[in-house]
Amino acid sequence: MPLMRYISGRLVSGVFTIWFIATATFFVMHWVPGDPLSDEKAVSPEIRKNLEARYGLDKSLGTQYWIYITSMARGDFGISYTQKNRSVNDIIAMHFPVSAMLGALAVLFATVGGILWGAVAARYRNRWPDGAIMFAVILTVSVPSFVFAALSQHLIIKLNQLLGFSLLPVAGWGGFRNMLVPALVLGLGTMAYLTRLMRASTLEVAGSEYIKTARAKGLSSLQIFRHHEFRNAVLPLITVLGPAIAAITTGGFVVELIFTIPGLGRYFVAAVQQLDYTVIMGTTVFYGAFLVLMVLLVDIIYGLVDPRIRLQGKGAGVRA
Amino acid sequence: MATEPPSLNTLLATDSESFFVLSHVMEGLAQYGANNELVPAIASRWEIDESGATFWLRPDARWSDGEPVTAEQFVYAWRQAVDPKTGAPYASILYPVKNARAINTGKLPSEQLGVKALDRHTLQVSFEQPCPYFLGLTAFATYYPLRADVVERYGARFAAEADTMVYTGPFKLEQWVHGSSMRLVRNPEYWDVSSVALKKINIPFMTTSAAAVLNLYKDGAIAYANLDAETLREAVVEGYPVRRFRNGTIFFIEFNFREARATRNADLRKAMQLVFDSATLVNKVIAVPGNRPLYSLFPSTVRGVDGPFYREYPAKPLAQDLVLARKHLERARLAMGGQVPPLTFLVSETPVSVIIGEYLQNLFKQSLGLDIRLDKQIFKQRIARMQSGDFDMVLAGWGPDFDDAITYGDLFASWNENNRGRYQNARYDHWVEVARQSSDQTERMNAMAQLQRIMQEDIGILPLFEGASVYLQHPELRGVRRAIFGGDPNYKHARLEKAE
Repeated sequence: MPLMRYISGRLVSGVFTIWFIATATFFVMHWVPGDPLSDEKAVSPEIRKNLEARYGLDKSLGTQYWIYITSMARGDFGISYTQKNRSVNDIIAMHFPVSAMLGALAVLFATVGGILWGAVAARYRNRWPDGAIMFAVILTVSVPSFVFAALSQHLIIKLNQLLGFSLLPVAGWGGFRNMLVPALVLGLGTMAYLTRLMRASTLEVAGSEYIKTARAKGLSSLQIFRHHEFRNAVLPLITVLGPAIAAITTGGFVVELIFTIPGLGRYFVAAVQQLDYTVIMGTTVFYGAFLVLMVLLVDIIYGLVDPRIRLQGKGAGVRA
Repeated sequence: MATEPPSLNTLLATDSESFFVLSHVMEGLAQYGANNELVPAIASRWEIDESGATFWLRPDARWSDGEPVTAEQFVYAWRQAVDPKTGAPYASILYPVKNARAINTGKLPSEQLGVKALDRHTLQVSFEQPCPYFLGLTAFATYYPLRADVVERYGARFAAEADTMVYTGPFKLEQWVHGSSMRLVRNPEYWDVSSVALKKINIPFMTTSAAAVLNLYKDGAIAYANLDAETLREAVVEGYPVRRFRNGTIFFIEFNFREARATRNADLRKAMQLVFDSATLVNKVIAVPGNRPLYSLFPSTVRGVDGPFYREYPAKPLAQDLVLARKHLERARLAMGGQVPPLTFLVSETPVSVIIGEYLQNLFKQSLGLDIRLDKQIFKQRIARMQSGDFDMVLAGWGPDFDDAITYGDLFASWNENNRGRYQNARYDHWVEVARQSSDQTERMNAMAQLQRIMQEDIGILPLFEGASVYLQHPELRGVRRAIFGGDPNYKHARLEKAE
């Protein structure tokens, strides 16, 4: 059972990682000037005392840390400071699926688009399709996503005005129509990155000996591409997909803001601005765990897909 | 709406989003009418004197589940509000009620609060000290009634969902999708339901992005859109009729009077006052319609004895005088041993604050040669520095809590926590007490005029401008009341009319 041993080893180190993230976040957060209770309008010292007691902020930092870590271990992230009636668990449970759904669609766009454009660019290397695609890639990588978000919103308005009816909603959340454009915008950056990666790895594969052999055997270039180049060129993409999935799912707050999507990213960013201690801790730990899991998942898939790579059972890593 | 309402529990709410929703679904003893004047609500009449107040509740006032609204429910809510265990941020707004402060600081049990239900529909309040502006307070969310049975049934879940609360207002919450949308529908049990025209209010989007809000308005998805400086420009270019509303907010520079601060020097402050022109700032620098030059700590929205305060007690206009300013600066320089040290000017990182900050930095540099360092901080960090006094000057603002000039006047009393510069003047404190306790409106307003005069002479603050909100409203939507106090805007009397 080397795989099971490998997974359990990685899980143990994952728990340690998450504990470290939680501890570091906890102390850095308390070290930042300001606190969750302060507001534009100050309250009197006696009311502040009542508020501190209500939230347990009157206890020493060590005690607060101990309370926090033990309840976190029980899976309880506490009550939000800003959303006064909602537990952090509720907030994550309600808003993460939204981010995840949008993220999944964005990842789908990014991967399909990245593979397709990358393969096309490699196939027409140094000819005009390659030039056009690489130009678009550079543009997409350098322009931040909120510009594309605003731009696409303008285009939707113009389109709806032209048609006389609302083909696509400008913003909001609900059905598939609402997700289409935001997911595309969210996936664009990753798509550009994957395009470049796919192009490079296709070119690398194209120069290898077995492709020359295949060509010598008289296979058509399309056959070579489908059977030999493509499958081998896609492999490196899987490596970056894990972190990319996590980045897309957790990094969509600008897109969520502009398209008014109730995803977790908005809550995370707002919590940092408001110093909402419990939400900062909850979302950071949750995102941390999500990232750890995604990377693990990708490593496992990678081992299954590429026979050259064997997982080792000591929790040490994935090198063959 | 910009964000999800953080709390619809009337005891915990402190922000404008929550107050907006609450002002539609809840109602207290009194409420604000079409011209922001106080009118009867759950209470049909009242008597207020120096020792206390009596409110007679409408027998036909009911909660959305059909239960009657009773005096006992007000007693329960108010006791909860001052109970230290509740940790209500706005508990101090109840301090005019007898024993409220003592209860809130844990010195008395909450049963000792000076409020009693004489019978089902009569509420009697006794005051700690005379409180001539008490009626305005009763329109505030913390004074709304609460149902003990509902609060106890849902515990921590109370007011967290549309179906874990009950309503006394013209609308009730039908649907609440967290972070996404809300739907208000007309409350058929509301005592004044016949004057509510709208059947339903959809709040379909929540975002802090003004650009997204304008885009939604353009697409016809929303009927009302608040603008910021950038979207205002775009709306004007697109030819939309932009509306404006003075909302009673004031913006000012607060000087630091703490030990060893250069800004303690009166000549230095005087020099700055003498080169600053509010009209230039409003018209040329900020250039957003609706803002108004300000020379006082009271904005134009404040009521005086019979009419607007600023007409009855106009603030002395300030003329610029560069020669005189430089004389004062010279005196300040001498007093400081030959040189004025660089001054730290704390501002927030929002575009408007930065524009104002840079303008003033430039103005004081060019006319007086002062070295001013802009300290741009994000929200919580700015608040932290304001609290600890880590600044020489800070760009500050204030919005009123209730309908009385004292909500501005007592800001710079020596005991006020919001007096971040620790400005202190015994005469100022004296007039604040007169304004707080006198039951004679003329005497009170004379006291306010004293506060205005002292503040202008002492230059505890340098008034910058009076704020306004600019917005777009669908031409078929009429009767929306823009509110200075409580939730804004208010749709109670809104209706749809086809444009001719």
